[in-house]
Amino acid sequence: MRAIGLILVVILGSVLVYGSLEFPPWGDPMSPACCHVSPYYIEKALEDTAVPNLVTAVLADYRGYDTMFETIVIFTAGIACIFLLRNFQKKTPQSRLYRHIPTGITLRIEKMGKFPETSAVFERIDSVWVPHDVIVKTTCRLIVPFIQIFALYVIAHGHHSPGGGFQGGVILGAAMIIFSIAFNLRSGIQRMQERSTVMLSVLGVFIYAATGAVCMILGSNYLDYSALAHILGVDPAMARSHGILIVEIGVGIAVMAVMVTLYYNLASAGRYDEGL
Amino acid sequence: MIWQVEFTILIIVIILAVGALSVKDLLGAAILFGAYSFMMCLLWAIMGAVDVAFTEASVGAGVSTVLFVAAVFRTSRRTEN
Repeated sequence: MRAIGLILVVILGSVLVYGSLEFPPWGDPMSPACCHVSPYYIEKALEDTAVPNLVTAVLADYRGYDTMFETIVIFTAGIACIFLLRNFQKKTPQSRLYRHIPTGITLRIEKMGKFPETSAVFERIDSVWVPHDVIVKTTCRLIVPFIQIFALYVIAHGHHSPGGGFQGGVILGAAMIIFSIAFNLRSGIQRMQERSTVMLSVLGVFIYAATGAVCMILGSNYLDYSALAHILGVDPAMARSHGILIVEIGVGIAVMAVMVTLYYNLASAGRYDEGL
Repeated sequence: MIWQVEFTILIIVIILAVGALSVKDLLGAAILFGAYSFMMCLLWAIMGAVDVAFTEASVGAGVSTVLFVAAVFRTSRRTEN
């Protein structure tokens, strides 16, 4: 079986290499991909949309449908992860570990014992992986605000520099994930609950789709942001730039919420109780 | 672009890919895959696709490694077969 697999891989790989020999050289201006619509985008994008970063203009404006359905794909991934992993059965663990914060002593409380309520003195800790690291927690506490500001900058500055909704959303989600890793899953969930992650991912997709619908109501094509010119009080090119920003914010919210959902579900095996 | 740099990165990418497939330890495979993503990110940046490089760095090297580690954390050390 292994031999057949190896032979297949070698044959298919050589077919792939043989096929790629026919490709135009990298960066060839005469290649088919560079001859059809690319010249139009390169020459007219700044004029049409007032966005200096070509990639953002193509991604969110000329190819707005693609990006919208990419966002929906990510949203669907989050929903699928919830359907597959989320476990609503309330299973009380056999024993729980608590740390007495002033002394640092770990207490193990068996099933029949009384679990202390959340207080400043006792802190519940995970039963599998129990670090007590002041350095990690403090560093994370210091660094998370800066990561979040950077993420907002990436979303807002996608018009002028590399970046945009997807990258900014992922960084924003990563800040939340870092927080959950450095403290524990429960304090992460306290900051951002399951309900709000799902609602936010829906909201992000809704912002994108609703922007397109508003354009349609105002009498032009779906996702043709120049129709927003009257509402925003700017000229059509600038309106497309603003429309891109609105859409990117929607993408950012959806991606951030889905990343956090994925992490919560994977780390706790759907129980939202103990995790990485 | 300096072809030596590009060539070195390509070799490292291939080594990391083979390593991520062949290593026994799942956690090690996840880490190697993160390193592979990071090298791919450098390649995208060299080829001038900075937006793609940014996405690869944040999604591939950042979040997906964390998700892999979180999933590996939920597996047990030994299986039946």
